[in-house]
Amino acid sequence: MSAAAAALARPGLRGNAAIVGRAQYRPERYATAPRMFHLEQVADLAGLALRDAGLELQDLDGLCIGGAYFHEAAAFVPAMVAEYLGVGLHFAEVVDLGGAGAVGMVWRAAAAIELGLCQAVLCVQPARLAPLAPGEDPQAMARAMRYGGHSTAFGAPEAEFDIPYGHIGQNTGYGLIAQRYGALYGYDPRAAAKVVVDQRSSALANPEAIFHGQPLTIEEVLASRVVADPLHLLEIVMPVAGGAAVIVAAPELARRCHHRPVFVTGCGEQLAHKSPSYAPEMTTTPIGPASARAFAMAGCTPGDVHLAAIYDCYSITVLLTLEDAGFCGRGEALRFVREHDLTFRGDFPLNTHGGQLSFGQAGAAGGFSQVIEAADQIAGRAGERQLARCDLAYVSGTGGVMSEQGALLLRGG
Amino acid sequence: MHAIRLPPATAISAPFWSGLCERRLRLQRCSDRGHWVFYPRRHCPRCAATALDWHEVSGQGRLLSYTIARVPPLPEFTGPEPVVLAVVELDEGVHLNTNLVDVAPEAIAIGMRVAPVFVPALDHAGSAAMRLCFAARAETQCVRKTARPARVVSADPGGQLR
Repeated sequence: MSAAAAALARPGLRGNAAIVGRAQYRPERYATAPRMFHLEQVADLAGLALRDAGLELQDLDGLCIGGAYFHEAAAFVPAMVAEYLGVGLHFAEVVDLGGAGAVGMVWRAAAAIELGLCQAVLCVQPARLAPLAPGEDPQAMARAMRYGGHSTAFGAPEAEFDIPYGHIGQNTGYGLIAQRYGALYGYDPRAAAKVVVDQRSSALANPEAIFHGQPLTIEEVLASRVVADPLHLLEIVMPVAGGAAVIVAAPELARRCHHRPVFVTGCGEQLAHKSPSYAPEMTTTPIGPASARAFAMAGCTPGDVHLAAIYDCYSITVLLTLEDAGFCGRGEALRFVREHDLTFRGDFPLNTHGGQLSFGQAGAAGGFSQVIEAADQIAGRAGERQLARCDLAYVSGTGGVMSEQGALLLRGG
Repeated sequence: MHAIRLPPATAISAPFWSGLCERRLRLQRCSDRGHWVFYPRRHCPRCAATALDWHEVSGQGRLLSYTIARVPPLPEFTGPEPVVLAVVELDEGVHLNTNLVDVAPEAIAIGMRVAPVFVPALDHAGSAAMRLCFAARAETQCVRKTARPARVVSADPGGQLR
């Protein structure tokens, strides 16, 4: 069978749709970041991403948007956005996958384009705070977010069986996974810290990163306080205000855009348990099957990849993704990290923008930082940290506590 | 430290919580194939059967993982010692999110045998209720086969989390 015939026989994306433009707010501390309504952020980010691509507002005919926590509406979000923007849509999708949302939006956009439903899809996630209404209590939102991603609704299993035991939010969930990983395979806190430090080294070459200009050592990571054993504060992302958008376009549009098109050639998505405690084995994560599907679809292997853009809410997320996606074997991630230089100058470039650990995590838009860095590296737009060769990138997304995960393979046109 | 307030039970979960008040642990099991189910549901997530019965179990199990929450996850868990969050696998195979109590951090080992500790709490209306926590199982109990729930009572009768 010829390569072309083999590609046709594979299920999934053909690799015809491309990321052609992007916009990303500089991460900022919440206290000093500008407040904007989410509709305003969507319009602003759309305009910036379209201009980046060389497209017009009226080229847009598809939308993927994060609907959870959208400020101006709890429902009917896409229609409100279409009306506000002034565009007609042939495809509108609310994606509710937490940190896996960026990856999830990009492949849905590519799939819709390949189906012929639309030609240019805005994938967008606002993540700045909205202005306070007159008389609104500024602490109300903090109180509402007290339980993190956990539902307190009557009948929600986690309200009954997690919250009364303090199992909320993310820190302790990832701590539980890391502790078990250590019990099964051994743990090396210095190697876990090296993930953060190597990424920080790359962030020193990224003026947009929140920790730009702040070098970091393994000793400093290990000297930061333990939040939930074995995780230190500096192994945990810092929440920031931000927001991001990318434009995914059909090949005929992509050809007339400003930058090298970044084709979406493989994707995978996996979710089964909101709480990893209920998984048969919490250290075997959903990114394994998601990545296997993405690599098979794209017809390539982990060894072919020039850049790994791995969702890095915590150091342990990176370690388990390295293993489960197949960059190293089970139980080998700590040794892999010790033996490789993970910076943009190194032999295994990982999260060359600094990762969210150094770039900052702009809420549900955090995962866009990985998608955008991969696209920028492939398009040759990564500035000082540009890789000598980057034609193929692996991108992962993670929501909740390894609750929902997705993978992309992006290839330069 | 404050008493933990439980949310209202649902029609399906009520037998679980009322069992805890009697210091008994009850789980659902599907009638046809005997799959154990936790948390309580309207169907068996392994075989989709909707015929489920409640059965009392011993509560014996092993520790799958734990973490010490050095930053209290909620104000209720603020106390002189940080709360120990744990995931326990009961001998029936189901996993649950819980707390370890009555155990020094250096004595915790993943894989160790654990037994239930019924810790007083408050229900949504403020009446007496119980949470299902766990402690390391004493050596003598490790060899004892018991059909009844192990009634390991917290050394803290006030029910405050340690």
